[in-house]
Amino acid sequence: MRLVAENAPEAAAADFTSRAADTNGSGTEPADVFLSGSLRHSPGPYFGAYGGRWMPESLIAALDELEETFEKAKQDPEFVAEIAELNRNYSGRPSLLTEAKRFSQHAGGARVFLKREDLNHTGSHKINNVLGQALLAKRMGKTRIIAETGAGQHGVASATAAAFLGLECVVYMGAEDCRRQALNVARMQLLGATVVPVTNGSQTLKDAINDALRDWVANVQTTHYLLGTAAGAHPFPAMVRFFHEVIGDEARSQILEQTGRLPDAVCACIGGGSNAIGIFHGFLDDPDVELFGFEAGGSGVETGHHAATITLGRPGVLHGARSYLMQDEDGQTVESHSISAGLDYPGVGPEHSYLHDIGRVTYEPITDSEAMDAFSVLCRTEGIIPAIESSHALAGAIKVGKRLAEEGDASEKIIIVNLSGRGDKDVQTAADWFGMLDENGQVRGTTLSTRRPKGFAPNGDEGEENA
Amino acid sequence: MSAMEQAAEGTVEGHASKSAAAIDRAKAEGRAALVGYLPAGFPSVQESIDAAIELAHNGADIIEIGIPYSDPVMDGSVIQAATTEALASGFRVASVFDVVKAVTDATDAAVLVMTYWNPVMRMGVDEFARRLARAGGAGLITPDLIPDEASEWFEASDRYGLDRVFLVAPSTTPERMAMTVDATRGFTYAVSLMGVTGARAAVDESAQRVVAGAREAGAERVCVGLGVSNAEHVREIAAYADGVIVGTAIVSALRDGGPAAVGRLAAALSGGLAREGHPA
Ligand SMILES: Cc1ncc(COP(=O)(O)O)c(C=O)c1O
Repeated sequence: MRLVAENAPEAAAADFTSRAADTNGSGTEPADVFLSGSLRHSPGPYFGAYGGRWMPESLIAALDELEETFEKAKQDPEFVAEIAELNRNYSGRPSLLTEAKRFSQHAGGARVFLKREDLNHTGSHKINNVLGQALLAKRMGKTRIIAETGAGQHGVASATAAAFLGLECVVYMGAEDCRRQALNVARMQLLGATVVPVTNGSQTLKDAINDALRDWVANVQTTHYLLGTAAGAHPFPAMVRFFHEVIGDEARSQILEQTGRLPDAVCACIGGGSNAIGIFHGFLDDPDVELFGFEAGGSGVETGHHAATITLGRPGVLHGARSYLMQDEDGQTVESHSISAGLDYPGVGPEHSYLHDIGRVTYEPITDSEAMDAFSVLCRTEGIIPAIESSHALAGAIKVGKRLAEEGDASEKIIIVNLSGRGDKDVQTAADWFGMLDENGQVRGTTLSTRRPKGFAPNGDEGEENA
Repeated sequence: MSAMEQAAEGTVEGHASKSAAAIDRAKAEGRAALVGYLPAGFPSVQESIDAAIELAHNGADIIEIGIPYSDPVMDGSVIQAATTEALASGFRVASVFDVVKAVTDATDAAVLVMTYWNPVMRMGVDEFARRLARAGGAGLITPDLIPDEASEWFEASDRYGLDRVFLVAPSTTPERMAMTVDATRGFTYAVSLMGVTGARAAVDESAQRVVAGAREAGAERVCVGLGVSNAEHVREIAAYADGVIVGTAIVSALRDGGPAAVGRLAAALSGGLAREGHPA
C-alpha cells in the first residue's frame, strides 16, 4: 500500500511551522506578507517555507545567469515593450473575457465568465511564458531551447517560439503522453522541433522533466531549459508567473469593465500551476475575491489514482523546489494519474503550496468524470471545446456556482474561469471517453465510404507485387 | 573531549572525518584513494552488500552506497536502470542502514551514503543522520543539495559527527567554490564534466581545472568523479587528485558478472592509483 500518497495534513502543517522559522532566514511568515501589503509580486526564492534551489551544483551557475538576465530584462522598457508587442501581434492578446450565459445555468445560475486563453496562438496560455523565456534565451546568447511537455501544449508553444525566433528546439515528452497527445507530437515536428519520447519511470511529465534536466546539465553552455510551468528551482516559479501575470491583469480590468465590480470567485486548474498563478495574480490582494485551484482527482482521491498534490501530498523536494509532493513514506515520488496529460504531475509550484498554507487559495480535487461532464456541458452550451485541463476548472466552477447560489441571489454572483486552453488536442481522448469510437479506434460512422482512396490496392498481396 | 562530545558541540574538525582519514591513509602509502559507488538493493540487498565488501577487499578505500530514488536527475542510463530495478524489487530506504552496517563491520573502508535529498527529508534529517551514524556510516554525498539549502543538514551532521560531501562542477564560480569547500567535511567531490553519471571514453579536460579551483579555495582533499571508467583514467586523475571515484563501470560489472566481477574490476582500478615514484 505504500504507493498511495498519504493524507497527512497535521504532519504537513507541523512541518510548515517548524520550517518557516528556519528556512535560511528567507522564510516569510504569513502575517508578514499581509502586513507588507501585497501577495502579488513575491520575488522568490522562497514562498514561506517553499521554493528554493534544490538542484545539482552543476546547474547553479545557469540559474544565477537566468535570474540576473530576468531581473535586468524586467526593468528594461525595451524588453517589456517587446513582450507587449508579441503578445498583441503574435499571440493575439488581450484574450477575450466571454460571458457563458447558457453554461451559467449549470453552475447554480451564477454568472460565469471565461478568460479565453484558448484563443491565444497555439491554443493555450503556455505561449505567454514561452515567448518571454525564449527572448531571455536570446539575451543570454543561447541558441538552443529544450522543454518538457505533458499535454503537448507547452511543447507546441516552445516549438513555435523556436521557429519564430530562430532557435533549435528539443522537446522531451513521456511516451505515454506521446500516445495520448499524438496530434501535438505531429504539430511540434511540423514546426521543426525534435520530440524525444521518454520511456523512463511513469513515462509522463515528471520523467520528461528529469530527462530535460539531464540534457541541460550536459549542454548548459548553449541551451536554455524552457520550463513550462510555475514550478522548479528559483527563478522559474517567480519568472513563469511574471510572464503569465498578463492573464490576471487583463481579467481584472475586463470584469470591472463588463460588470462594474470584482468577481466573487476565480477558478483555475492546477498542473504545475502556471495558468492559475497567472490569473490569481490579478486578484490576490482583493480579500473579497475567493480563489480556487482545481487539481486532478483522477479516478477519485480515495483510489490512489489521482494527481491531487496539495490535497493529499506533503512537503518534499522535487525538480528543484520544496513544495507539496505526492510521495510515499520513503520519499519516493508517487506516480500521478489523470485523464488530462497536462495535469498529470505529482508536484506543484511552490507559490501554490504557500497560498494553500496561509489559506488564501482553496485547492480541491476534480475527478476525471466530473471534468469530462463539464467538458461536454461547455461544448453544448457555449460552442467551445475546452482543453481537458481547463475542464477541471469548469467543473470546479459548477460546484462553486452552486455553493454561491446557496448564499443568495445567484444571478448577482460572478465567477471567472481561466479557460487555459482549447480542446482540439483532446478530441481523440474525449471521443474515446464518450464512446464515440468503434473497436478499431475509428470514430463511429466514418468508415462507411465505398469510394476507394487514390492508389488503393483492392488486394493486399497484389498491391505488394505491384509495388 | 571525545569525538562524540566534539560532535555534539559542532566542533568536528577535518581530521575527525572517516573519509578524510581513509584518504590520508592512502596518501601515506603514496597513492590516491579509490572511491567506489554501488546502489543499495541492486540486484538484491544481500548482493549489494557482497559486492561492496568485494570492492573494499580489492582496493577501495571509500565505499559510496547509493539510495535508489524515483527521480535520479544526475544519473545516466546504467545507474538509472540499476536503481529502478532495485525499487521494482521492493527496496526500502531504511535498508541502506543495514548495508552500511554490514560493509562497515566487514571492511576497513569508510562508508558514505550517496542520496538525493527527498528521502532524507522524508525520514527527517536528524533521524536519518542518527541512524546513519549508529550504523557506522561516515556521512553523506548529496548530489542535489547545495550548501545554500543545507542548514538542517549542517546541524545534524555536526550533532552526529558525519561527513558532508558536497559537489563542485566545471561551472562553479570561485565564490561558490570557496563557500562549498568551506561547508564540506571529508572531501570535496569534483565533478569532472558537465553531465550525468555514465562511462566516457576519456577523462574530460575540465577535471583538472575543477581540482585546481577547489584547491585554490582551500580544499585539503579533492576526489574526482563522473565518467571515470578504467585503470587508465584512474592513473591520469591520481596524478593530481586525492581520490578517484568510479560508479557506472562498477555497476556494469556487478550487473554482468556479480560481486566477483566487482572485485576483479576494483583490483584492476587500484593498479592505477600509485603516483610517480611510489610503486603501490
Ligand atoms: C491547456 C492547459 N491548461 C493547463 C495546463 C496545466 O499547466 P499549469 O498548471 O502550469 O497551468 C496545461 C499543461 O499542459 C495545459 O495544456
